[in-house]
Amino acid sequence: MSDDLITLTIDGVPVSVAKGTLVIEAAKQAGVLVPHYCYHPGLPVAGVCRMCLVEIEKQPKLAVACAIQAAEGMVVNTQSAAAKSARTSVLEFLLINHPLDCPICDQAGECELQDFTFQEGRAATRYSPEYPKRFNPVEDFGPDVLYVPNRCILCTRCVRFMEDVAQEPVLNVSERGDRAYIGVHPETRLDHPWAGNVVDLCPVGSLLSKDFLHKARAWELDKSASVCTGCSQGCNVTLDTRENVVVRVRPRPNLEVNRYFICDHGRMNYRWMNRGDRIEAPLVQRGGELHATDWQDAFERVTTVLRGAGGRVVTLVSPRASTEALFFARELFRGGGLDWTGAFQVVMGEEAPLAGVPDLALRAERAPNGRGAELLGYGREYAAALAAAESAAVVLVLDEPDIPVRTAGTLIYVGTVLPERARDAHVVLPIANVAEEEGSFVNRDGRVQRYAQAKTAPGMARPAWWVFSELGAALGQGEPVGSAAEAFERVAQAIEPLRGLSYEQLGFGGRPAAVPAAV
Amino acid sequence: MGYPHKPHPKETVLLSRYFGEADARTYKGWVKRGGYAALEQARAMEPARVIDIVKESGLRGRGGAGFPTGLKWSFMPKEKKKPHYLCVNADESEPGTFKDREIMRWTPHALLEGTAIAAHAIQADVAYIYIRGEFTEPLAIMEKALTDARSAGVFGDLKIHLHRGAGAYICGEETALMNSIEGKRGNPRIKPPFPAAAGVFGMPTTINNVETLAAVPPILTKGAAWYKSLSLSSPKSTGTKLFSVCGHVQQPGNYEVTLGFPLKDLVYELCGGMRPGRTLKACIPGGSSVPILDRAETESCLLDYEGVVERGSMLGSGGVIVFDDSADMVYQIMRLARFYAHESCAQCTQCREGTAWTTKILERILAGQGKPADLDLLLDLAENMTGKTICVLSDSCAAPVVSGIKKFRSEFEEYIAGRRQPVLVA
Repeated sequence: MSDDLITLTIDGVPVSVAKGTLVIEAAKQAGVLVPHYCYHPGLPVAGVCRMCLVEIEKQPKLAVACAIQAAEGMVVNTQSAAAKSARTSVLEFLLINHPLDCPICDQAGECELQDFTFQEGRAATRYSPEYPKRFNPVEDFGPDVLYVPNRCILCTRCVRFMEDVAQEPVLNVSERGDRAYIGVHPETRLDHPWAGNVVDLCPVGSLLSKDFLHKARAWELDKSASVCTGCSQGCNVTLDTRENVVVRVRPRPNLEVNRYFICDHGRMNYRWMNRGDRIEAPLVQRGGELHATDWQDAFERVTTVLRGAGGRVVTLVSPRASTEALFFARELFRGGGLDWTGAFQVVMGEEAPLAGVPDLALRAERAPNGRGAELLGYGREYAAALAAAESAAVVLVLDEPDIPVRTAGTLIYVGTVLPERARDAHVVLPIANVAEEEGSFVNRDGRVQRYAQAKTAPGMARPAWWVFSELGAALGQGEPVGSAAEAFERVAQAIEPLRGLSYEQLGFGGRPAAVPAAV
Repeated sequence: MGYPHKPHPKETVLLSRYFGEADARTYKGWVKRGGYAALEQARAMEPARVIDIVKESGLRGRGGAGFPTGLKWSFMPKEKKKPHYLCVNADESEPGTFKDREIMRWTPHALLEGTAIAAHAIQADVAYIYIRGEFTEPLAIMEKALTDARSAGVFGDLKIHLHRGAGAYICGEETALMNSIEGKRGNPRIKPPFPAAAGVFGMPTTINNVETLAAVPPILTKGAAWYKSLSLSSPKSTGTKLFSVCGHVQQPGNYEVTLGFPLKDLVYELCGGMRPGRTLKACIPGGSSVPILDRAETESCLLDYEGVVERGSMLGSGGVIVFDDSADMVYQIMRLARFYAHESCAQCTQCREGTAWTTKILERILAGQGKPADLDLLLDLAENMTGKTICVLSDSCAAPVVSGIKKFRSEFEEYIAGRRQPVLVA
């Protein structure tokens, strides 16, 4: 065994962990979740809630698993009578001033105070109902954060996040003893671009998102692994949907990318996924108007155009499109002596780093897949591409609703919503958005990351990779692909930096592609 | 009893020898009394030698924990790689304790000299004297003394800062004190790391109580063997100690006796005993944080680290609180609990919630609305508040409750049974 590994026993299970590992983390490796509140792997250790008390052999007092490093030969017992009784007592103490207003609390169902109380709390309190509970009014902390002090258990995760991770220490513990509460600096607001993370970090319903306030009960939500489309960082997120509507975006831990956090821009960047004005069927031009049709008719129209096309072809794509879609859109025009130009444009914004985490920021480039588009041969010379489009034989646009395209040739528009400019398109094909399909992006550092489908697409809309793959097959370019995984396999075969990668390999944490990172 | 007054013949005046002499406060007056000779002596020695002498003397921390001082100094890195700090705990806030105040009021240079010797021993560049915020007079005296001694050049390269606290009891806890010096909220830190590894500003730090440091100069001038010989009972407890006596005695005040001195003699002889017609009921021997002794325990208790433990309590800071038979122990214990509830820093759950809950139950018992189950509940809460938190404030709240219920249970039961006139507490 390596010198850097130490072996200890937790609840009878031997585990080997790296030197310096905290007992609470070692326990996870042994399959034991030690109940805790103040501890969070993304924050400095506080050791204040005292919930993770465990018994360690040969130590006279119970120890907090979050503040003790695992040691060779250590024998930890999380289930001893003394440890359990100490934790039961902490829960009782935490609840004496807690309002128990779970029926109207957003956190209910995903509340660690509920969970651990069910697990090892007392059935009833011994705190006399005659004693008043601490009461403080709800406070408006910032643009999206409300503080409900009555529910607060003073774990200080929010304080430590703002102090050590955001490095804008606007929160503190005010007052002492059982009068204590979380205070916000009187001259500031909790408006840091990453402040919303305090809501996720709060183990109870004390810090709430105004955006999500009373929107859904936790148990009604379906959760899907996804990737944020807010910028080129590629933060891993979970899309929470309720009855086919995305209602919340939360960070999904990925130590290589975003650790446990996402920025507020990304957090709020979901309403467009629920747009009601979607293209629900393929549309074709007839008598100067677009008319709904079926996929077969639409495909025939498109293939007729493409077969007859010669000379210049321009493809304008959205950097929000999946790598798979971008690949198959590109493949349509490969060969045949066509003069193909592919381009994309990225909306730019202000960069907002999270100071305490290296290489993590809301990036200026506000699109998730610019890197993927580049990898597939699309360029950033957007104005030139627009100019070229004017005289092109065919212009294919992939989901750019604000596109100022004019062309003398044939316009084929593939998108989620129908922009005014696309009304004279020859054919319009409806596609799914990021929440409605499976796919992958390549982030700014060249990391390939998958996202899963969170809701169903409206009407006849289908994933863009499916649309282009079917069109390719109709043009005789080989068999169409039946799944996103298969689509990615084709990409990986054709594109050198992605060679050897597969969905299975990517998992939901992603893998770096063999590309140099963006500067 | 205020100073000046003649010491009781049974006192051993070492630290309090010059209490009451205004001239001793001045730099010249202190030098005239042999002051700063010990510092000069120490400076001529290797730091390790100073530590050895203090080790040999048997001096133990006078702030409460009684940790051997020389040993504590020896924990500092021998090879100095980072700046070393010395913190002087002058945040004397323990209810019933007022000895450091008198040392600073009357012999500020004794503290400064001890500080400079300790700084030499641990190779500290900077010393912070953290003075309780309410101590306005001692602060002014210390400021003057520091300025005078500094201009006389006695400290060499050592920088000594006076840092005034802002009124939080918890800042007397050593790591909370360091946070407070750093400008942070005075919350105790998790240990390890211990101060000798990472103390104030994350640097190797030693922290000593005022009385401990004031005892260092005479140890150097008169020798470790002499100091060690000052012991009336246990050889592990050497030297003299100031006891602050308050409560129901005829002459409350500070008394300096050799360790091992009978508590009974302190109360009945030095302090003049109870008021006429009253008898001793109970005594808290070491500041409000230690278990209460009943009469028999008090009268058989020897005042040294081991002797008080034998009677089930602790020597603590030497704050002796005496109760005669007029004392309502339920009320007294409620007042203590309320103090801790007020002063809890709010970090640890058991302390934040437990001290307040305990107070509420005690208030309710006093109000005549207690329930028979309350006593067991109090004991169970106390059990859950002991040994489970970062610092011992929570334990300190539990100690008098547990010993109080154990020794004076009938008083609690009388309130609960409605046999005592309820007390409405504000």
